Amino acid sequence: MQLVCPAGSLPALKAAVRQGADAIYVGFRDDTNARHFAGLNLDEKQLESGLSLIRQHGRHLYMAVNTYARPDGWSRWQRAVDQAADLGVDALIAADSGVLAYASRRHPDLNLHLSVQGSATNAAALSFYHERYGIRRAVLPRVLSLAQVRQVATKSPVPVEVFAFGSLCIMAEGRCHLSSYITGESPNLCGVCSPAKAVRWSEEPEGLTSRLNDVLIDRYGEGEAAGYPTLCKGRFQVNGQRFHALEEPTSLNTLDLIPELVQIGVAAVKIEGRQRSPAYVERVTQVWREALDAYRRAPSVFSVQPQWRRALEGLSEGSQTTLGAYHRSWQ
Amino acid sequence: MKLSLGPVLFYWDRMRLMDFYADMASQPLDVMYLGETVCSKRRALSLDDWLGLARELKECSGAELVLSGLALIEAASELSSLRRLCENGELKVEANDMGAVHYLAERGVPFVAGPALNLYNAYAVAELMACGMTRWVPPVECSGALIKAVGEQLDELGMTRPEIEVFAYGHLPLAYSARCFTARAENRPKDDCEFCCQNYPEGIPLLSQEGQALFTLNGIQTMSAAVSNLLADYPSVQAAGADLLRLSPRAEGMAECIQRFDAVRRGDAPPLAVEGCNGYWHGRPGMLRAEEAGLC
Repeated sequence: MQLVCPAGSLPALKAAVRQGADAIYVGFRDDTNARHFAGLNLDEKQLESGLSLIRQHGRHLYMAVNTYARPDGWSRWQRAVDQAADLGVDALIAADSGVLAYASRRHPDLNLHLSVQGSATNAAALSFYHERYGIRRAVLPRVLSLAQVRQVATKSPVPVEVFAFGSLCIMAEGRCHLSSYITGESPNLCGVCSPAKAVRWSEEPEGLTSRLNDVLIDRYGEGEAAGYPTLCKGRFQVNGQRFHALEEPTSLNTLDLIPELVQIGVAAVKIEGRQRSPAYVERVTQVWREALDAYRRAPSVFSVQPQWRRALEGLSEGSQTTLGAYHRSWQ
Repeated sequence: MKLSLGPVLFYWDRMRLMDFYADMASQPLDVMYLGETVCSKRRALSLDDWLGLARELKECSGAELVLSGLALIEAASELSSLRRLCENGELKVEANDMGAVHYLAERGVPFVAGPALNLYNAYAVAELMACGMTRWVPPVECSGALIKAVGEQLDELGMTRPEIEVFAYGHLPLAYSARCFTARAENRPKDDCEFCCQNYPEGIPLLSQEGQALFTLNGIQTMSAAVSNLLADYPSVQAAGADLLRLSPRAEGMAECIQRFDAVRRGDAPPLAVEGCNGYWHGRPGMLRAEEAGLC
């Protein structure tokens, strides 16, 4: 089972290589990628230098061109696909049927992975992308239980990749407009969710307050840890109760599931976080490399080491982790 | 301009659904979408019941009847139900998942691409047209300018345009999750939900801590709190190339809503302002209301 790690910068890419990532995924510096944040991502020179490092170490580079093209920006998506192919990436991660069609016809040798933003949660949807565009892998949205991952993986015409660690999208990826409803910018079209420019923090009489485009997301009491105001992790009022109506600030962590994921035949586990620091990528990659190697060496005696758990919890949102939808009771 | 009635997005019991459609049968509608699109556990009507209802509606209404499929397919049982729905042999299907597109393309039957499919440009639209799509309902976050540009991009490519159906009225379906938020609000596990969403014929309002209405919880679906309403924007919706306006069922007042839209399409002047949001149409946050369409 491959370890696929994020890099939003050259130092993060180097850290991932150093700590043993099998593949590193990156994006261009524009809205063709779903982590289009200011100051993030690699320019052409950095990509070339990153790729040469990756080649030296025998690892893989994946390029995410995984937002949906707007009609007026089509040439940008086309150019991103061409650039990825010219660069010689090991896979292009895409979601838009138009982009996949272009890539498969123009660059028939380019290895295509269906992005999680493609929102394919079942074998029939995967067959559509496989038959029509020849995808060779698909990243599954974080909405399936482990039993459902098994079912989909068994019937899928292509190997599947699943999310292993990082921020937890609780909505089916590619099927969430909460951010654009409040801020005008969505993951599908703009590559951002709850964009930083719409965030405002203020000390108010009721406590530290976070707002997104003036909408109150949460208020924190003395000593309470404050998290980034993502819409689905806010505290709201429903039926007269104030609570995390959608989800608590928490991160996905599936170290415990390594044996099952290997047994299911999952091709790769993915670490979320191209927006995170090189130090974060370094630490998460290191822990996951150790865990996967430990399992490979001695699967029958594998157990999650407390120091791995501690390290990852320290890096998690709200210092909490969850198995998310993989565990049926979460749903 | 045609008027369509979208599928009922809430969980209403059989009696309520039957009464609702009996009422709708006499309305000036060109298309009616039937079927469950949100949660496979909602079984007030089976596939056969929906087909039976469609046959009855065919007798007493001139509307085209379309069967809408589930948007989020997770379990194997859901996939086989979707397959049966796509193979119903009687009614055109609205695909809300690429799994449905796969089955419909295999059968070579024309279909409608629902708002839960991500088609944002002419190249993607052309891909689905090659699979049999004849009508496109753009994602609800699309602006009028984007929809118009897709039409023009199709023209440039020398492609015939599909019919374009714009979501013009109702709570906007915004997101789908594995988690049931209605069950969560009632502290019930999803597997033992006791169909509590049936107690909320128009979902549960979710408010900010300052009391601002933000979203509507509807089982695994999160919707807008505000009702989207493009009636005052009718001229620009028409100019963007829309062929149909989708009116999404609400618990009350649908007949009056349909009649207001019908009057405008028959030539009445659109109202200068209406209640509800229209931000998406104007390329702004969906929750906003742009009062004077011309000023956005």
